[in-house]
Amino acid sequence: MTLKLGVLAIQGDVAENVSSLENSVSELNQDATVNVVKTPEEIAELDGLIIPGGESTTIGQLSLVNGSLKEIKQKVESGMPVLGICAGMVLLANNASDKVVGKIEQPLFDFLDVDLERNSFGRQRESFEANISLDSIGISNFNGVFIRAPTITTISNDIEVLAKLNEKIIAIKKGNIIGTSFHPELTEDLAIHKYFVNLVKDTKN
Amino acid sequence: MLPLSGERKNAKGIISDKINSIDTLRGSSTVKRGFAHMLKNGVVMDVTTVEQAQIAEEAGAVSVMVLDKLPSEVRKAGGVARTASIRIIEEIMDSVTIPVMAKCRIGHVNEALVLQETDVDMIDESEVLTPADELRHIWKWDFTTPVVNGARSLAEALRRIEEGASMIRTKGEPGTGNVAEAIKHIKKVNDELRTIKSIYDSGDNQDLVRMAREFKVSYDIVEQTAKFGRLPVVNFAAGGIATPADAAYLMSLGCDGIFVGSGIFNSDDAKERARAIVLATTFWNESDKVKEAQKMIDERQSMIGLDVNTLELRMQDRGGSA
Repeated sequence: MTLKLGVLAIQGDVAENVSSLENSVSELNQDATVNVVKTPEEIAELDGLIIPGGESTTIGQLSLVNGSLKEIKQKVESGMPVLGICAGMVLLANNASDKVVGKIEQPLFDFLDVDLERNSFGRQRESFEANISLDSIGISNFNGVFIRAPTITTISNDIEVLAKLNEKIIAIKKGNIIGTSFHPELTEDLAIHKYFVNLVKDTKN
Repeated sequence: MLPLSGERKNAKGIISDKINSIDTLRGSSTVKRGFAHMLKNGVVMDVTTVEQAQIAEEAGAVSVMVLDKLPSEVRKAGGVARTASIRIIEEIMDSVTIPVMAKCRIGHVNEALVLQETDVDMIDESEVLTPADELRHIWKWDFTTPVVNGARSLAEALRRIEEGASMIRTKGEPGTGNVAEAIKHIKKVNDELRTIKSIYDSGDNQDLVRMAREFKVSYDIVEQTAKFGRLPVVNFAAGGIATPADAAYLMSLGCDGIFVGSGIFNSDDAKERARAIVLATTFWNESDKVKEAQKMIDERQSMIGLDVNTLELRMQDRGGSA
């Protein structure tokens, strides 16, 4: 059975996620196609979607323009696995506020009932790499790359915390929805992309 | 995975630190180049005021670049162009959520340090300002904040990357509203990338070292760039972009994104034009959408362009031979 995987190609580091997905399916020996997707028609075909890092205001506004935001919302609500990375995780939330600027109005998918803080560790000079673990899904010793990263401060009961950095939540899961503050596609470690491919496979079965 | 060719692991700008008890590493090539990767397929807009920055953010810009004057005004004003007022940069940083960049003069280490202390997200060592050192660019490995540089050729781009640039923008001729130079230089860089890739594929190491000497860079960076046939950092187009069709054409030539300088806020329809250029950059390969974007602007309100051949000041030449 062929899995149809896609990376939302509105804005951000699309190619890096395509390459991580391709390497993951090849190492897992999984029959799958990996495509960049932009239009509602392309998204409709998918079994699993990654929303990559980038600027959440840009990706949100522009996926509203061509109707892909609506299509993604329907697909994810009907069970399609989605991995939101950094800006992608911001878009999964039901609200976002900036550490300095405060509460902001921007188009969001509204999947997760959380308090999310953008640029939570500060500006680019404060961006960092750190060793992190996602114990509940068996991933440890992972090099987390945090770039002007958002974090989650409070969550509703139906959301599972996968990882924290000090008191800040940096990875979450709610059924078919995964979000990470950090960028697994910027490292060689495929653990998170492989976990996502397996989640897509289990969901399709 | 990020290309890390030419990375210096012992650079002064890399800082081992702690957030409470957790060890962190700031200013590494992964973190600095990674920042530029997040801008891909986006538009960075030159702005001079808080109001313009907010228009840019609402239009969907991925970042704003703060200047004291737009390049076209720098051209008119003459004199020495320096980094923008820190107070204005800070005001803009406090009023938009997208990253904020600012320009320093070529070779002006302390102007760049001031911008780093201001906490801008990226520093542009830019030929739009008057160069402070004709012979040397900044040694950017000393900085924790990433730096972007202009280039007109592969040689210039690789020299800047060896100095620690985390991003390249192929130069056009700033402040002209004329996209011709930007097109010329991206095509030149693409041609040169194809040339060194074919040399690499042929296995002719002697010819690669000849290229390295011609480019005035190390053999290693030429070899690694040749192997992948692309720059090891993100490459945007810049200089003279004024319309949605300009942006779409540069994207079609393989640029990772667009810098727009005077083209937006020097036009009489800045708000619509900002939005239209973002739309054309995102949907550059869908000609109906580019047409819709182009329709949002009025050519009678475009900035009056300048013929590059008759210019007294060619900003692109600044720092080019170093």
